[in-house]
Amino acid sequence: MMGRRIISTLLALVFGLVATAQAEEVVLGLSKDKISITTNFAGSEILIFGAIKREEVIPEGPPLEVIVAVAGPSAPLTVRRKEKRLGIWVNTDAVEVDRAPSFYAVHTSGPLRDVLKDVEDLRHKISVPRAIRSVGAPPDIQDASSFTDALIRIRGRSNLYQLREASVTVTDQTLFRTAVQLPAALTEGDYATRIFLTRDGAVISSYETTIDVQKVGMERWLFELSRGQPLIYGIMSLAIAIAAGWTASAVFRIFRA
Amino acid sequence: MSRCALTEDMQIYLPIAEVSVNAFLLLGLGGIVGILSGMFGVGGGFLMTPLLFFIGIPPAVAVATEANQIVASSFSGVLAHLRRKTVDLRMGTVLLIGGLVGAAMGVVVFNYLKAQGQVDLLVKLCYVVFLGVIGSLMFIESLNAIRKTKSGKAPARKKHNWVHGLPFKMRFRVSGLYISVIPPVLVGVSVGILAAIMGVGGGFIMVPAMIYLLGMPTKVVVGTSLFQIIFVTAFTTLLHATTNFTVDIVLAVLLLVGGVIGAQIGTRIGVKMKAEQLRILLALMVLVVCGKLALDLLLMPSELYSIGAATGH
Repeated sequence: MMGRRIISTLLALVFGLVATAQAEEVVLGLSKDKISITTNFAGSEILIFGAIKREEVIPEGPPLEVIVAVAGPSAPLTVRRKEKRLGIWVNTDAVEVDRAPSFYAVHTSGPLRDVLKDVEDLRHKISVPRAIRSVGAPPDIQDASSFTDALIRIRGRSNLYQLREASVTVTDQTLFRTAVQLPAALTEGDYATRIFLTRDGAVISSYETTIDVQKVGMERWLFELSRGQPLIYGIMSLAIAIAAGWTASAVFRIFRA
Repeated sequence: MSRCALTEDMQIYLPIAEVSVNAFLLLGLGGIVGILSGMFGVGGGFLMTPLLFFIGIPPAVAVATEANQIVASSFSGVLAHLRRKTVDLRMGTVLLIGGLVGAAMGVVVFNYLKAQGQVDLLVKLCYVVFLGVIGSLMFIESLNAIRKTKSGKAPARKKHNWVHGLPFKMRFRVSGLYISVIPPVLVGVSVGILAAIMGVGGGFIMVPAMIYLLGMPTKVVVGTSLFQIIFVTAFTTLLHATTNFTVDIVLAVLLLVGGVIGAQIGTRIGVKMKAEQLRILLALMVLVVCGKLALDLLLMPSELYSIGAATGH
């Protein structure tokens, strides 16, 4: 009796281990894991590449697909809609979005709906609309979804939200690579980078790392001073501006003389 | 998003505005507005702030940064006027007291409407109204002036008006006036409010008010208004820097360098032109900027939605 119990526990343990261990895993490389926003920062490109490590032969059936999602720091925000009031266009209705990444890029190895099932998207929050969390609109607004659509549209236009289908190249179901364009108007923070391996639309493995985006040098110093010591920053701004203005006119006077 | 390598190198990331703009575009804007302000003898804030809106600087940053720039560009002007003793310090101080009160009120209104998501509308409406009124008045006035110089009559300045009937009189020796302090304080307050909301020095309101309302002699008007403007805009800059964190020093310096050089060029062009022609040109320009802003408010925008910071629960 006792012996059979032990054996079944052991069996369960062994099967459990087998089930949790991933048959295919990501080994990742980034062309850079730190992006510095300098004075002449004009956007950047990150090459995300990697290999799939597996203990056994490539499984039969649908091919391996790869999804890469890069997300900037999230913040709550307000989306407002204009309406014509007394002849002019005025902001009227507003919807609060609880959490929206400042940057979000999804790169896939095929059409998103083919490589990712909706239920998996819901669980891992991969596609752009799923990455945005909007809890509730005021009761007087019926079309709350048009506000989140507008958010995606506006940020998409300035390249802050990107969906690039079939931009991940997968070679022999083992190597993959893609290049993510980061626009110039970038907010600093930790950019969570997630890689998902899928088969038949189901996520079989995932990997997460962060890319550090930071203002450096003068940009960093000015920004921190303006938030940490706003009064000193203000006085300094006035002093610099007066000095610059005065010097410029003095130089001009010398040239004229 | 394909730009050539040369222009891409000139992109400059503004640390507070958090946008990347072409450095030469900013220097050029500063230069053009500087030329105009040199030609017409105006501060140029009322032209620069709307132009900054047009190139995509967030309005809150444009207004605060422009206040900082005005301090700097008026500084050498005030020094020159102090040397020539064309500043009525007493009148300037009275205007300044009103101005500080007005600036504080303006920033409170500005921050309240920013939280309501209406600050862009407020700033743009103020611009449309003030540019519209000032532009039309200047246009009509300079047309009349041209007609009068042709017929040979000089315009007469009114010496006595309702302003002289008010209490709390004070003697302003430099201006040769003995008037109530109420009108100058009120002029100061309204200019302070405008400085905080619109990011302007307010010279375009204050100078006519000083001449026509207070009856000050023209030779001390510009120096005295510059004296008031410097302190009010400095105060406004500090208020915006400490409550909104919207003063972008990199932006301010770039505009300034262009502006100072432009102003020197503009002064020389201005000397060669007739005063009435200059005024008509300035009036037309003011009306064009006003018209563009008005159209933005009246025509259906291509994007009805806008993204703003969370108002917080």
